Amino acid sequence: MKRIVPLWITAIVGLVLIVSNFLPGTRSWGEEATTWFGIIAAVAFVLGGGSLLKVHLKKISDRNTGWGYSMIVLGTFTATLAVGLFKIGVSPNPSFPDVPWSGDVQGQGTPFWWVYEYVFKPLTATMFAMLAFYIASAAFRAFRAKNFEAMLLLGTAFIILLGRTFAGYFMTSWIPIDGPFSGLRLEELSVYIMQVFNTAGNRAIIIGIALGIAGTSLKILMGLDRSYLGGGD
Amino acid sequence: MKRPSSLLQTRSIFAMLAVMVMISSSSAAPPAPTDVVAEDLPADGGGAAIVTWTIPTGVQGLEGFQVWRTEVVSETTSRVANERGTALLAIQNQAYQNEYQRLVGVEGVAPEDASMQARAVARQAVIDQQGSVTPTETGPHGRFWVLVDTVSAETSRLQVGKLSPSDEYQFMVYTVAKTADGGVAKSEASAETGMVLPAASGIDVKRLPLFFILLLLCGSVLFFIRWARSGRPITIRKIAGLAAVDEAVGRATEMGRPILYIPGIQDMDDLQTVAGITVLGRVAKTAAEYDARIEVPTSRSLVMSAARETVHSSYLAAGRTDAYNPDLIYYVTDEQFGYTAYASGLIVREKPAACFYMGCFFAESLILAETGNSVGAIQIAGTAMPSQLPFFVAACDYTLIGEEFFAASAYLSGEPDQLGSLKGQDMGKIIVGAVLIIGCLMATVAVATGSESLMHAVDWFKDSVLSA
Repeated sequence: MKRIVPLWITAIVGLVLIVSNFLPGTRSWGEEATTWFGIIAAVAFVLGGGSLLKVHLKKISDRNTGWGYSMIVLGTFTATLAVGLFKIGVSPNPSFPDVPWSGDVQGQGTPFWWVYEYVFKPLTATMFAMLAFYIASAAFRAFRAKNFEAMLLLGTAFIILLGRTFAGYFMTSWIPIDGPFSGLRLEELSVYIMQVFNTAGNRAIIIGIALGIAGTSLKILMGLDRSYLGGGD
Repeated sequence: MKRPSSLLQTRSIFAMLAVMVMISSSSAAPPAPTDVVAEDLPADGGGAAIVTWTIPTGVQGLEGFQVWRTEVVSETTSRVANERGTALLAIQNQAYQNEYQRLVGVEGVAPEDASMQARAVARQAVIDQQGSVTPTETGPHGRFWVLVDTVSAETSRLQVGKLSPSDEYQFMVYTVAKTADGGVAKSEASAETGMVLPAASGIDVKRLPLFFILLLLCGSVLFFIRWARSGRPITIRKIAGLAAVDEAVGRATEMGRPILYIPGIQDMDDLQTVAGITVLGRVAKTAAEYDARIEVPTSRSLVMSAARETVHSSYLAAGRTDAYNPDLIYYVTDEQFGYTAYASGLIVREKPAACFYMGCFFAESLILAETGNSVGAIQIAGTAMPSQLPFFVAACDYTLIGEEFFAASAYLSGEPDQLGSLKGQDMGKIIVGAVLIIGCLMATVAVATGSESLMHAVDWFKDSVLSA
């Protein structure tokens, strides 16, 4: 029963989504199914929140390594939740000034906005900025000319890198732009590589992915693939 | 004989009048289009209508036509609310400024107190005047109108999309022409059309080709599943990334370090996450058999629930339910970089011997994979995000590229049903290959010969099959 019911739900919702894509009259069914997913995900968030509290409270109680960070997590989690949920410091909406909670919690100047603008955004930007260093270290490893293929990769990468900077333009600016060899200018060459070779390779991968998605969806709809439910039977 | 001056004056007045009439006729508004008709677009998915009109003749400097539609109720409500909100905010700000300046400048109240009192007065001003703020202006024909599009002078038909299938619309058209002085003149509004409901038809004809392709693909998958069930052998090439699962788990066991499994950052409605959970089942089973510790931080609550269920089943299948610890599969945060920061920190602190990244990833892919690489973990990744594949290829030991990732379930289970479905996908590739070759040939021949019928066929192919 624990397996049969989810299988039926999956099959029915999947079929509804397919049918709603082709029969316009049933489009609202698909939207309804998507709304239901949102509701279930929202309910599941309680589970997630519970898990978060449990893991970090346990760390604090056991005095595990880094338990101080767990305290920070729980403190900021509770504070942000309270500020957002109770609309702390939010003025009423000018259109409804006598309705207490009518203000926009994300409006400029509210504490929730402040947390987002001055705590969350800088932290996110910091993490994202680290990507530049990781790209450099990964590129250094990937472009080592160990064999013929790696050399090809290295050469192509150099053309693209140079073609997208002024150095590339400067190096091949002596080739006449309206002459028969203008395609050899680094900026032109980099565009050609991106538009032809890169796009062709990318599309081949995307076609494979699309077919894989269609095949996997069909297996899940028919109940042939039950691994996402935890096993075969 | 001299003419009387009064006659001369009369003549010059007539001449001036004639010139003025000529000037006014040259800069007068052009005539509006006639016979403006709007109809629902037949056999579509709803939300589209066709507007046609007759182009007025003899218009000098005709530039084109503007097509307008009536506002729907929701748009009117939203606009009115915006206008009202802006007006009330202006009243509030004005009242605040006046009161603040009076209190500070005239009564000498301290700025903090003045601000507080002025805020109360401003709030009262809004309450007092909120009834007086109402939008009054309307457009032609006594309604509010929204510009849909401007089309060229030769066009007398426009397909209007992005309409609400449940709202009725009326349309009107303006003629736009250049004036003699280089400016632009707009005609009076044409007569408005009748009400049109851009309702959905029974079948969306534009999506039929896609439907047939889907039928063909599903048919081939089902055929090969039956083929496999009949006992005919189906071979599948070795996928290095999946074959290395045992090696990675074994290494973690030998080193006494944990295994980190990251099932992407999307929810269970993303098929990549489902595929990631599938691979997790296999990894967890091997880990249970080897008695290795597997840790699964998730960025979605539903994924956590599904992952717990899967890992529990795997431990059950391995006969090691006693070793199953649900606390090792936990939720972190929905936020992309918050999750990345946690996972990176975990990798640095715990130094896992094996890292699996299986699911949907975005910019965090390289941050995670490079951090894993820096602690010397054996890394296996799988994703269907083409833009993240190069990062995984550069930083991981093995990468499941696109369809290999979706083939993992069949590969790992080895069941005939699932292997048959893989063979069916290969048939899909043949179909796609054939369509690609035919499409490229058609487009090339159309350009080389200039054949209009072939060009139309290519356009239909692009609009119907590829864009559906």
